[in-house]
Amino acid sequence: MFPLKIALRFLKKSLGQTLLIVLGIGIGISIQIFLGSLIGGLQADLVDSTIGNRSQITIRNAQEDSYISNYREILNDLNSEDDLKCASTSIDASGFLIDGEETEPIYVRGFDFELADKIYDIQDNLVEGHIPSEDSQVLLGKDLFASLKLSLNDNFKINIPLKGETTVEVVGVVDFKAANINSLWVLSPTALMQPLLGVQDVVSQIEIQVNKVFDAKIIAQRIANSVGQEYYVTNWMDENEDLLSALSAQSSSSLMIQVFVTISVVLGIASVLAISVIQKSKQIGILKAMGIKNSQASLIFLYEGLLLGIMGALCGVLLGVGLSLSFTTFALTSTGEPVVNLLFDPVQILTAALIGIVASAIASLIPAWKSSKLSVIEVIRNG
Amino acid sequence: MDSKQNIIEIQHVNKVYGTSYKTQVLYDINLDIKDRSFVSIIGQSGSGKSTLLNIVGTLDHPTDGDIFIAGKSTQHMKKSQITKLRSEMIGFIFQFHYLLPEFTAYENIIMPMRIQGKRITPEISNRAYELMELMGILEVKDNPANNMSGGQQQRTAIARALMSNPKIVLADEPTGNLDSDSTEQVYKLLREINNKYHTTFLVITHDRRIAEKADRIIEIKDGRINMDIDNSLNY
Repeated sequence: MFPLKIALRFLKKSLGQTLLIVLGIGIGISIQIFLGSLIGGLQADLVDSTIGNRSQITIRNAQEDSYISNYREILNDLNSEDDLKCASTSIDASGFLIDGEETEPIYVRGFDFELADKIYDIQDNLVEGHIPSEDSQVLLGKDLFASLKLSLNDNFKINIPLKGETTVEVVGVVDFKAANINSLWVLSPTALMQPLLGVQDVVSQIEIQVNKVFDAKIIAQRIANSVGQEYYVTNWMDENEDLLSALSAQSSSSLMIQVFVTISVVLGIASVLAISVIQKSKQIGILKAMGIKNSQASLIFLYEGLLLGIMGALCGVLLGVGLSLSFTTFALTSTGEPVVNLLFDPVQILTAALIGIVASAIASLIPAWKSSKLSVIEVIRNG
Repeated sequence: MDSKQNIIEIQHVNKVYGTSYKTQVLYDINLDIKDRSFVSIIGQSGSGKSTLLNIVGTLDHPTDGDIFIAGKSTQHMKKSQITKLRSEMIGFIFQFHYLLPEFTAYENIIMPMRIQGKRITPEISNRAYELMELMGILEVKDNPANNMSGGQQQRTAIARALMSNPKIVLADEPTGNLDSDSTEQVYKLLREINNKYHTTFLVITHDRRIAEKADRIIEIKDGRINMDIDNSLNY
């Protein structure tokens, strides 16, 4: 513990220098934390807005235009999977909405609303009205509803070419914040679509969301193996390679910045400690003359590095979290929401702090080695 | 060990500095220093006396020859063994006090004990206070090292050298930076310690008056022993 005591005294004696280097390490770590939570938040936002309210893994019949008849069995099997967040079914068809003289192309999605709500947040996205409670009731996308100048509880016809036609009542309007969906989708109960398409108890597809979105590919593969070749399983990762490469480019550029920040922290500490060895060479020389071992002489500087690292890490975590919080408080959009929702990941914060501590310890290796090599006689002879 | 035994034996010591331009500083030095004796070394600047003292103190290595400390050859000792021997047997006093300015006078004095990994027991603490009293620096015990007068600093350095109760104290112009009153005082103290604790002293000095108070006076000239006088009867 003796070298630790000396290290503490050395740091305390040159308090100004110590505080400066602690601040230097702290700023380095705080940038890592801020950058990490910013990039994390951006990615989470991007992923959520892209695939948060849609199917991440989809099961269809391998034969085009065919349905899935044993969907209840498959849903049952899927329920035993721990990695899945929710699964829902839909029976879909393209057709026309006929309101008097007006005709609009639409895409009708037959849902079990209770299950579909978990994926599409239908209840939360309802602008007005309510979720259909009867088989003949439907919801319309916001833009579609507006373009037809309809009112709630109005009746109109849905026509599926070559299949059939039926009259429905609009009971609600949904806004999925995507123009193509808002102007095209009509949401109906499954029980409306099955007779309209002239089919029995079948669905077009099973839609799944997973707990860890980046595991979707592996889980999709597992599901494909278990349902067999009769079915075709797709996942969002295969369908969004552009998004994935953008995300990975973002991650690697953030990693590069963090690596360079770490290197500059290491260089900063190493140079300050190297100067400190020269400043303290008299002290080290006399300690050696009194019998301090070379290993203890190097321990002094290792401890200095470690102590600076720990103090810098603490300072960095406080600064980083403070910087991030002030960013979310002061950088706001016109609606008063933060520009980016930062993602605080305790593991990332802890990692940044640990990197700072380890980097400081590594930075002190050269000064420590110098200190152990310091010749007593050189110090004594040169005064 | 009786007073007749040699605590230091210097055998055929040569010292050459430099590799491409060689400068020989010491030429075949042979000396025996008796236990409990107070020996002064005199000589002009550059005569090699400091080099000899540093070699005796195992801080520097001879190019040839061997140093025996308490009968043990140091020639083939490992670094760790030499460090241990030095911390247990030898105390140093330099012209510059070399106190650690980060520590107080008291902390500087007990430093050798900490280096030896000893716990600071009441006995150790008491010894430190006893030495401080002997040196007349008790009133500055809590002062940082650089907040004392030159004389106080040097006396603190002497107390530190004596703390681990070394058999040998090597002093290189310990009063070189002090005025004549302080010089006189410090030598009286060293002599007192020599008598009280039976510590062997090897002291380099420029001051002939001081040198003459030693039991033995050795003069080094151009790296050789020029004169070796037994002065114990005069003192």
